[in-house]
Amino acid sequence: MSEINPIIIFIAAIFTNNILLSNFLGMCSFIAISKTLKASFGLGCAVTFVMSITTTVNWLIFHLILKPLGLEYLYFLIFIMVIAALVQFVEMVVERYSPTLYFALGIFLPLITVNCAILGACLFSIVRNYTFLQSISYGIASGIGWSLAIIGMAAIRQRLRFSNVPKSLEGIGITMIITGIMALAFSGFAGVVSMQ
Amino acid sequence: MSLFSAENKKVFLENIWKENPIFRQILGICSCLAVTNLVYNTLIMCIALIVVTVATNVFVSLLREYIPGRIRMITQVLIITVFVTIVDLLLQAFSYEVSKQLGAYVGLIATNCIVMGRAEVFAMKNRPWPSFLDGLGAGIGYSIILIAIAIPREILGFGSICYYPILPQESWIAWNIMIMPPGAFLMLGTLIWIVNASGKKVAQEGK
Repeated sequence: MSEINPIIIFIAAIFTNNILLSNFLGMCSFIAISKTLKASFGLGCAVTFVMSITTTVNWLIFHLILKPLGLEYLYFLIFIMVIAALVQFVEMVVERYSPTLYFALGIFLPLITVNCAILGACLFSIVRNYTFLQSISYGIASGIGWSLAIIGMAAIRQRLRFSNVPKSLEGIGITMIITGIMALAFSGFAGVVSMQ
Repeated sequence: MSLFSAENKKVFLENIWKENPIFRQILGICSCLAVTNLVYNTLIMCIALIVVTVATNVFVSLLREYIPGRIRMITQVLIITVFVTIVDLLLQAFSYEVSKQLGAYVGLIATNCIVMGRAEVFAMKNRPWPSFLDGLGAGIGYSIILIAIAIPREILGFGSICYYPILPQESWIAWNIMIMPPGAFLMLGTLIWIVNASGKKVAQEGK
């Protein structure tokens, strides 16, 4: 795995292996938040921010602490603790140094603790044996990819409000089908780059 | 209260259909949709999820008097993660091939909202036996939907069920879209459509 260029991973994680559209992670908040464009943008930024940090920190913890001690089997536990702690920490730092950003992200920061995309990105970078640089670029790009998907979805759903959807398909049903079509569009990039 | 009183039965049955976690509450589709292109893998994943949900519910219910209110979320997450680790290690020990195919998704059960949702909503307030039934019901209700998605996907994508070919392998042209991720989204959307159209109203918007 170590021969793949981090830049290629970066592009692949946004387009061909989008964490939401091809790995199904972060669906819950995706469906709940994608009703409005503004909220989607805020959550997208928060996820990208936290994901870049947690993927890096968790990679370091796994390879520098857990592996030498032979405690790999504890990694679910440690990762979740790290994510929860980091989200809390990031929240405090942002509140102290940039109140503007804090108010912009608002309630989204605490929500992120339970977003499976964050834990997913951390686990994937371990399972796929990424190097340090690769996992940094994977973390950032997954966040961007996730934001791209949720912002696109929010934009579509805003238009959808004025369209004539079959009665029994309204709400979740049509959202799932549009997500499917979006995933189909993204898989059109499949031949461009690959990361596995 | 006897073991199979009417109330306990209600708890169990409501979760399977009336309060089905996926249809009613749109919870926890994240970690499991990814494995629904093969029925066998889906079954394993569902069993893992049921075990984790039931074990967490019982455990949280036993400890509900001792968990301080302020840190209950983090305590629940810890309990869930311990059981997920146990399930993951068991899977690696007894079924290494499947564990390799499922990869990181077993670990992601830990962030599945259903497990946490049941622990928070039901187990924190009820005794262990009803909590056990509640967890079992939620797990089974969830599994039924996943299997309902997995069966058409595997039939159309590979022409088989549980690796057992049911469509003629020479003449059947596999639908590649069903194996790929978009297939799962389209299938779930269609399923919700069918259930809605057949008269059972499903949750309007994600909560």
